[in-house]
Amino acid sequence: MTRLLDVENLTLQFDTDEGRITAVDNVSFARDAGQVMGLVGESGSGKSVTAKSLMKLNPSNAVYGPQTRITLHLDDGPVDVMALKSSKEMQVVRGGAISMIFQEPMASFAPAISIGDQMVEQLEIHTGMGPKRAREISIEMLDRVGISDASTRFKQYVFELSGGMRQRAMIAMALSTNPKLLIADEPTTALDVTIQAQVIDLMKDLVTDFGMGIVFITHDLGVIAQTADTVAVMYLGRLVEQGSVREVIRTSAHPYTNGLIAALPRLDDLDTPLTPIPGDIPSPLERPPGCVFNNRCPVSLGQRCIAEVPQFSPVTGTHQAACHLIDERAAAK
Amino acid sequence: MSNDILISARDLSVHFPLRGGLFGPKQVVRAVEGVSLDIEKGRFFGLVGESGSGKTTLGKALLKAAPITRGTVTYDDGEMRHELTEITAKGLKDYRSRSQLIFQDPYAALSPRMTVRDIIAEPLEVMGLTASREETDERVREIAAKCRLNLEHLRRFPHAFSGGQRQRISIARALVSNPRFVVADESVAALDVSIQADVLNLLKEIQQEMGLTFLFVSHDLSVVAHVCDHVAVMYLGRLVETAPTRELFAAPRHPYTKALLSAIPSLDPDDRGKAQKLEGEIPSPTNQPPGCKFQTRCPFAIDICRRDEPKLEHSSTGHEVACHRWKELMDDRSLQTA
Repeated sequence: MTRLLDVENLTLQFDTDEGRITAVDNVSFARDAGQVMGLVGESGSGKSVTAKSLMKLNPSNAVYGPQTRITLHLDDGPVDVMALKSSKEMQVVRGGAISMIFQEPMASFAPAISIGDQMVEQLEIHTGMGPKRAREISIEMLDRVGISDASTRFKQYVFELSGGMRQRAMIAMALSTNPKLLIADEPTTALDVTIQAQVIDLMKDLVTDFGMGIVFITHDLGVIAQTADTVAVMYLGRLVEQGSVREVIRTSAHPYTNGLIAALPRLDDLDTPLTPIPGDIPSPLERPPGCVFNNRCPVSLGQRCIAEVPQFSPVTGTHQAACHLIDERAAAK
Repeated sequence: MSNDILISARDLSVHFPLRGGLFGPKQVVRAVEGVSLDIEKGRFFGLVGESGSGKTTLGKALLKAAPITRGTVTYDDGEMRHELTEITAKGLKDYRSRSQLIFQDPYAALSPRMTVRDIIAEPLEVMGLTASREETDERVREIAAKCRLNLEHLRRFPHAFSGGQRQRISIARALVSNPRFVVADESVAALDVSIQADVLNLLKEIQQEMGLTFLFVSHDLSVVAHVCDHVAVMYLGRLVETAPTRELFAAPRHPYTKALLSAIPSLDPDDRGKAQKLEGEIPSPTNQPPGCKFQTRCPFAIDICRRDEPKLEHSSTGHEVACHRWKELMDDRSLQTA
């Protein structure tokens, strides 16, 4: 497989009235083309801002760490995303190589411009197509994502569509420019389960057809299990575990991932009581020192976890977790 | 009516008139239509459905917080009996102390200008349930301890708390007047998974300890499966199936319930794509299809489904289903995979 994306030492802080807060702390990962990567975490884990950093889409008070390197491997050679300055330069990634779909499609479409006009506009900007060709492609895409009577829908406004239809239109628009990477930020969270199942199916089909990579951000491990090839788990701005979807879900190694899975109400097991992770997610202003999970961790080693930031240790070949317990166990053997 | 039933609704409908256009016809949103259900004392009763199914409106109607268009709701806890459609102002005041609501969003439900102590004490003061400030404080402390809030917490303002803690404050406020019936409307939907489990365990604990009857309104079937002992499924304002939880999840009878269960993403990565997928979306409550409301999406719909609306029928003990073809679908294996 060909490498599509390298993220090295991504650190992202925000300047706020209460001081500089760390949203992402030294995160590195790599993605191959045509893969679905699940990015899982709870609120405040930094999963959305990590994905937005791939096209420098964070607000102006964002400060990237000096070591941060994000490289996109496109057909015409690698692009250093951090070096892009003007919005003109940024168009290579924004809407060009990378498209994004958001959680709330109602808020992502302009309310007073028809869906068709919005689709045509972005195609004209990013691909240099003429209006007639752009219109044809847009209607074709709407049809492809399962919107019936696409040429009528093309003229409609976002409020005239139902929730599921809006998300489909959003996907059609994101894919019409033929991006290399699609970032999907909680794309099914606002949808009912029966509609969610439809949208997940659609996205799986599209990966097969278009062969792009997807970064799928969600808090729902079930959705990840159904869609992703690989999974990365984030907690308070750090990557705590990554590996293939089977490894991470079946044989999770980090105490946080274990806790998340134990807290999940499962239909195939109604007898086991739900086990919450003790305590609350700390505010980003009060990040614990050492391992960020140490104050909620049921198997904390004490001093070492407070004093030392754990690095990734291999669990198996492709599966890694950042936890001191794994080194200690390996050392004990 | 048996003595064990706390709330009983018969043919309950809630309609909201919409103002039509200047010349257009007046439209009516039939949010809840002809719902009959009994909630036994001490039950953790789940009400599930997708958005627009009328589950929230039904919950509110049982609290007399939504206008009841037709039908009756009877509340009887052994001490007091209220007919909600004929209730007097005095009776309503009494009913308000016996029934409470916990909201979905703990960020919107708490006043940012009141301390936690004042938030929890407010129902007692408004309803005049305590004689002195000392008594109020004692009740507040007692209920706060049950909800795992300490004295230090009571002096602070809501902004200092996380989502899970705020939801515990909302729960304490709902329970301070010592209600018998509590409606929890999507009370864990806004919380993260690791916190959600904690709040669910707390609700369950308190329910058992205080002998409460809960109506747990939720769109999340896995959550309902874990906490409720009886579940009712709603679709477009109607009850389509009601059964004890284990029975419902083991042997769903209504095609909608089946589809809903199979649409939940499985945590097993090798269990992909087996789900029975439903086409289309829930119709608008202003423009409902004739016959069975599910016929537009049902893979088993036949002529009778498009003509006559099915009634709830008895299937087994405590299990009722509103489908013309449930028996057929259960007996004929060839239809189950259609």
